[in-house]
Amino acid sequence: MYRYDELDQALVDQRVAEFRDQVRRHLAGELSEDEFRPLRLRNGLYIQRHAPMLRIAIPYGLLGAHQLRTLAAIARRYDRGYGHFTTRQNLQLNWPALADVPDILAELARVQMHAIQTSGNCVRNVTADHLAGIAPDEIDDPRPYCELIRQWATLHPEFTYLPRKFKIAVTGSAEDRAASEVHDIGLQLRRGAQGETGFTVRVGGGLGRAPAIGQVVREWLPLPELFAYLEAILRIYNLYGRRDNIHKARIKVLLKSLGLERFRAEVEAEWQAARSAAPQLIPAEVERVRGFFRPQPYETLEDCDPTAGSEVSFKAWYRYNTRVHRVPGYRAVFVSLKAHGAVPGDMTSAQMEGVAALAERVSFGFIRSTHTQNLLLADVPQRALYEVWRELAALGLAMPNVGTLTDMIACPGLDFCSLANAGTIAVAQQIQRRFDDLDYLYDLGEIEIKMSGCMNACGHHHVGHIGILGVDKHGEEWYQISLGGSANGSTALGEVIGPSVAQHEVAATLERIVETYRDLREDGERFIDTVRRIGLTPFRERAYAAHPAAA
Amino acid sequence: MRHILRRREIVADPWRYLGEELATGDPVIVPLSELRADREHWWSWTGRLGVRLKPADDVRDLAADLPRLDLVAVEFPNPGDGRGYSQARLLRERLRFRGELRAMGNGVRQDQAFLLARCGFDSLETCPGVDLEAVRGALTRYDVAYQPGAPQVELRRQRFFA
Repeated sequence: MYRYDELDQALVDQRVAEFRDQVRRHLAGELSEDEFRPLRLRNGLYIQRHAPMLRIAIPYGLLGAHQLRTLAAIARRYDRGYGHFTTRQNLQLNWPALADVPDILAELARVQMHAIQTSGNCVRNVTADHLAGIAPDEIDDPRPYCELIRQWATLHPEFTYLPRKFKIAVTGSAEDRAASEVHDIGLQLRRGAQGETGFTVRVGGGLGRAPAIGQVVREWLPLPELFAYLEAILRIYNLYGRRDNIHKARIKVLLKSLGLERFRAEVEAEWQAARSAAPQLIPAEVERVRGFFRPQPYETLEDCDPTAGSEVSFKAWYRYNTRVHRVPGYRAVFVSLKAHGAVPGDMTSAQMEGVAALAERVSFGFIRSTHTQNLLLADVPQRALYEVWRELAALGLAMPNVGTLTDMIACPGLDFCSLANAGTIAVAQQIQRRFDDLDYLYDLGEIEIKMSGCMNACGHHHVGHIGILGVDKHGEEWYQISLGGSANGSTALGEVIGPSVAQHEVAATLERIVETYRDLREDGERFIDTVRRIGLTPFRERAYAAHPAAA
Repeated sequence: MRHILRRREIVADPWRYLGEELATGDPVIVPLSELRADREHWWSWTGRLGVRLKPADDVRDLAADLPRLDLVAVEFPNPGDGRGYSQARLLRERLRFRGELRAMGNGVRQDQAFLLARCGFDSLETCPGVDLEAVRGALTRYDVAYQPGAPQVELRRQRFFA
């Protein structure tokens, strides 16, 4: 993974000192809450329902074991002994005291971590495929480019006060596991005719109030032009993006109002005019950063079947919670943060320490966070899988449900967030209880449920095979259900099936929906494919049949 | 007497805004709309001339007037409105403006000073009541940066170059 040099470290240390002074001035009454807000947001600090919430950056989801241990220690010392992994691969602490935050940041800086630009109207944490570097279908490892973009975006003098938040994702594979088409900028790695590296550039994707799928602004951007082109896009957005209405301030609205052709013409003209003043991406620098992401020193092994002769529950875990690896004899192992009865994405300090130790023993000391709110041990020798399973099970992290209906994404909702309408955690647990039979889950196969507690769509409900959105009706929590969304490859936005349902009806309604699928699916057909084939009507009819009173 | 931060020094501001007490030949800053409305008059003003831009003004429209201008003042109505950062870079890098580039308004505070200077502002005019010493101190909060930037801030190390 990337290691800070003296410059990187100095910058993060100086940011900690600056933020410490900002907190001091706020607590001394020199900065009002209104004045302090944009400053604290640019360092990941929200004031939530009960307490501040600190969002710690995990650039492109990659953690060293020592970093995960530090997160565990921080959560134990300054919080309530747990943290919450988010859809942007970050970690949120829900209960830190404001006065402690500078010390937390100083501890993070000692292990080359920070909370810079994890919120606020600026360029956010750059995300990537959690299988980067090991996926068999990968064209190129996206992480060096994510790291270069992270550096370019950090405290950018021109683009720190944008109209709205700005999210960039990079994907290096044919299957888009980074949901790049629903980002403000989605970069898809490509190879040119001579094997050179470049990107297809999509702009204007995003969820939230008016969800949109990114449009191709440039089919082929050569790597050396990356910063220059990003600066052109950001400059057009910074100058012309709307600032009068927070709900119309994302770049997707600017792109839509200009139209793709005119937006493209503006960006291309700015790119050509600004090239001489834009930061250069010189080959030596690219090579330096690439050097941090070389393949691990793998042993020469052969693929084997580690499940032969072992118990059924290990076989199920192997099937659902591990993935194929590019190197023979290895597997990628999901650490499921979706145990039934737990909060999706939550992890205790003890669990973090357990996984850190395991990673050091069997996966070169690295851990990844995924946008589906799980962790991943990317490079586990197949011969160690049984032992890994036993240890994860002992930690409560071996729920064999990855990719199934209960491996759902959910935002923290009403329990923590001051924006939310709905208690997503309670609904997640209601769903877990209803679908607690593993054989039934396995029969249903691959189904992605994504749930948000409000329109801001932190739980990505628009791109769930089944999307669940909490809405407020006269002070009561209701849930709108959509079907047919997808964020990987054939990106699509789900369609709302009908009136929202009461909180206690959510899991029962889902059951009627998946029963419809079980009745109507063809051989081997996945849920999403059945929805695409037969449309919403059969699902709608059945979902509401039992409850004409649904409002 | 208004004081501003100019090239890291706190100095009395010799400039007057149109509407303030003004003698013939005083250095004066006029709104872009005023310069547009009476270009001939302002071009023949006997003193130094500056123009004041609002966030929505297109700086590229200013190219023809820049030879006459000794100062461009860019307004930041609040700290969250970042359009002026792009206006500054366009003025310095695209239009090669070498005169005084001033950030002014309610959005000019100590926590913005470093970024403003990196975009090419060499003078900062704060609202009354803002501690200019603190703004000056903030120019040296960082001595490293990733991006190329204007020479108004001295850096010890920088990663990417233009």
